[in-house]
Amino acid sequence: MADTVRLRIKRQLSPDSSPFWEEFEVPMTHGMNVIACLVEIQKNPVTKDGKKTTPVAWECSCLEEVCGACTMIINGRVRQACSALVKDLEQPIVLEPMTKFPVVRDLVVDRQKMFDNLMKVKAWVPIDGTHNMGPGPKIPEPERAIHYELSKCMTCGCCLEVCPQFNEKSDFMGAQIISQVRLFNFHPSGASLKEDRLHVLMGKGGISECGNAQNCVEVCPKEIPLTHSIGEVGRQVTLQALKDWFMK
Amino acid sequence: MSDKRVVVVGGGLAGLMTTIRLCEEGIPVDLISIVPVKRSHSVCAQGGINAALDLHGKGDSPYEHYDDTVYGADFLVNQLPVKRMCEKAPEIIYMFDRMGVMFNRTMEGNLDVRAFGGAKFKRTVFAGATTGQQLLYALDEQVRRFTAEGMVKQWIGYDFQRLIVDENGVVHGCIAMNMNTMKPEVFPAAAVVVATGGPGYIFGKSTNSFINTGSVACMCYKQGAKYANGEFIQIHPTAIPGSDKNRLMSESARGEGGRVFTIKDGKRWYFLEEMYPAYGNLVPRDIATRAIFDVCVNQKLGIDGKNMVYLDLSFMDSDYLDRKLGGILEIYEKFVGDDPRKVPMKVFPSVHYSMGGLWVDDDTDMTNLPGLFAAGEVNYQYHGANRLGANSLLSCVYDGFVVGAAMPDYLKSYQKPENFDKLADKELNEVEKLFEKIYAMDGSENAKKLHDELGNMMTERMTVVRHNDKLEELLGMLDELKDRWNHIGIADKSRVLNQEAIFVKDLENMITLAKVMTKGALLRNESRGAHYKPEFPNRDDENFLKHTIATYTPDGPEISYEPVKIADIPPRPRNYAVDKEETKKMAQNKDKGGK
Repeated sequence: MADTVRLRIKRQLSPDSSPFWEEFEVPMTHGMNVIACLVEIQKNPVTKDGKKTTPVAWECSCLEEVCGACTMIINGRVRQACSALVKDLEQPIVLEPMTKFPVVRDLVVDRQKMFDNLMKVKAWVPIDGTHNMGPGPKIPEPERAIHYELSKCMTCGCCLEVCPQFNEKSDFMGAQIISQVRLFNFHPSGASLKEDRLHVLMGKGGISECGNAQNCVEVCPKEIPLTHSIGEVGRQVTLQALKDWFMK
Repeated sequence: MSDKRVVVVGGGLAGLMTTIRLCEEGIPVDLISIVPVKRSHSVCAQGGINAALDLHGKGDSPYEHYDDTVYGADFLVNQLPVKRMCEKAPEIIYMFDRMGVMFNRTMEGNLDVRAFGGAKFKRTVFAGATTGQQLLYALDEQVRRFTAEGMVKQWIGYDFQRLIVDENGVVHGCIAMNMNTMKPEVFPAAAVVVATGGPGYIFGKSTNSFINTGSVACMCYKQGAKYANGEFIQIHPTAIPGSDKNRLMSESARGEGGRVFTIKDGKRWYFLEEMYPAYGNLVPRDIATRAIFDVCVNQKLGIDGKNMVYLDLSFMDSDYLDRKLGGILEIYEKFVGDDPRKVPMKVFPSVHYSMGGLWVDDDTDMTNLPGLFAAGEVNYQYHGANRLGANSLLSCVYDGFVVGAAMPDYLKSYQKPENFDKLADKELNEVEKLFEKIYAMDGSENAKKLHDELGNMMTERMTVVRHNDKLEELLGMLDELKDRWNHIGIADKSRVLNQEAIFVKDLENMITLAKVMTKGALLRNESRGAHYKPEFPNRDDENFLKHTIATYTPDGPEISYEPVKIADIPPRPRNYAVDKEETKKMAQNKDKGGK
């Protein structure tokens, strides 16, 4: 039995249909990850009991844990399937789609909301244009190093999956957005939009809805210091609120 | 805002830079991508982006960059586009700097640079070892800004199917399929820009993402676009072999001082340093790959007799490594389980990049089909027979500027044809017919298994070493594979995100493109850059200083040639054992009839 991998996969054939479970057994190869297991199912879409079925749908692209596409729940933990190595996982390996986003099919969910929220907080530097205007602002290397860590966020959604405040009933935007606000507020020209961003975070779905559960930082695959970001942006929001009050 | 819309297919660096430039010109864009653009393959680029900023005051210049690129490309490249790209490079870095990319910096707060292969100057700007990701995010943010302003409409989860082409070969838009509903939709456009990256997945395991099938390029080729230099496939010397894909170990590891070695007679043998004293571990990729391949396959001196050599960083300061190379060290740790700060990494060459691609005009990036442009890895420009490391991010971004500059002129004279609806219906019908055929497939073959076979046969015969008899054999095998494609059985008939049906469509395109690459290789009886035939070990400028051009026919590719355009740099011998100035002297002496 050591030569096979057992999987239990939560399936759903369309956005409106009911989920169901199927079990599979695939041949094990050296250094195998969850993606390779799913590819094996594509090669032979038959369940453990010999029943013909459809191949499991899932999202993936880079397989190096830099694109964020293959995020799913593996043995109860949200993570990327590419870096989930079979040798480290208890079997049967249980695969489920993320629960905080609408299911498209099987393990594929629609995470568009995260990108929409990036738009709401204007997560960009408002450059004048792409024409030649010389170098950007100088940045001290130690500051650069801190903010580089924030810029590695791949919008995978792990932090949102485990956040008790991020759910269908609330508009809370979550740690990912707050951390990006910190990044762009830090940048000397990005800071031109600092007030706009903070005002968005002062409103509905903003930072005050954070329940301080701190689950986000535990699961971030890029080890982004999300709780520091929440703390830092929290201070910025407080100062902004005071400023708004005095300027009234 | 212009009333003429442009479709951009693909949201990697090239697609996004094109989109931004078009928006700046007031041209609204429909951006089509199979993945959210932030997940495009550009995220995988690690080491950096080249620009002769001469930040160390050593006398580097865009001309040196240009000369290194042409020399690295083994002269199979039109020189003017390369020259313009290298001249634009410093401005491109400054643009990213202004967009907020967290490039590594010096203590004064200036941009830091590091060494890369095939160059003697440090000219690679970088953001840790995730430079591609950081550049892509910067462009993604700017495109989001234009999306908020209404200039861009993003069609995420849409898969390009066919061009809408009229009887004169002019392109008027495309058909793309909403993958969630499997419904093809018509996208009318005054021009279409494909920026869909490389075809690495044709080789099964490569450093490419699973989405890099080359399928869109192949579709354009089938509809009349010429495909150039398809045989030039870059094999990156250092990757981690994996069961699902090979993961890149960036050239920046060697740029920062990493050393390649194997064990010979019980001692460490730094064979690159011994064979190429002038460039050492930083020889161009084709050279390093052939050396590693020779050591492992011919001399049987790989680690424990296996096809692997060591890439060593463990002698360097680990804080320094974390700051400069953190991203790739994490990848090695996560996927192999060893800490490269403590033990040497084990690596082997892997398919990495296609120098060849859709033929484009030197000045505009337009293909031979009016209204169809190609930007980024999907075109054949800039890299000739071998690409230098950290030039790909540059060329992707630069292409965005080329298309952005050319488009307003093209649109001025563009007119939507009166029979547009008829043209669109015809193509829509083709797509529907193809998918009806796929849904009805009930043979015994499995598409993923056929793809495994395709990858194996291509990797074995079309990578580091090529033999004519093996290439002939491969052409036959590809025909056979195409036959077997017709006998696929499909398990999934669903009209919701049917990944199997889409893959069956892509597989046929991959086989077709594989044949283009193979036939080009078969007919090129010389060795140049990444294309190496032991039967013809030398570069043959007299017969082959020319681009291979493949034109589609139902019976297979028709190959013709086009001369390489030389502007400033006469071809000279390529010898990385000595400095390049030495090779210039060698060429002069040869001209004088001396030695």
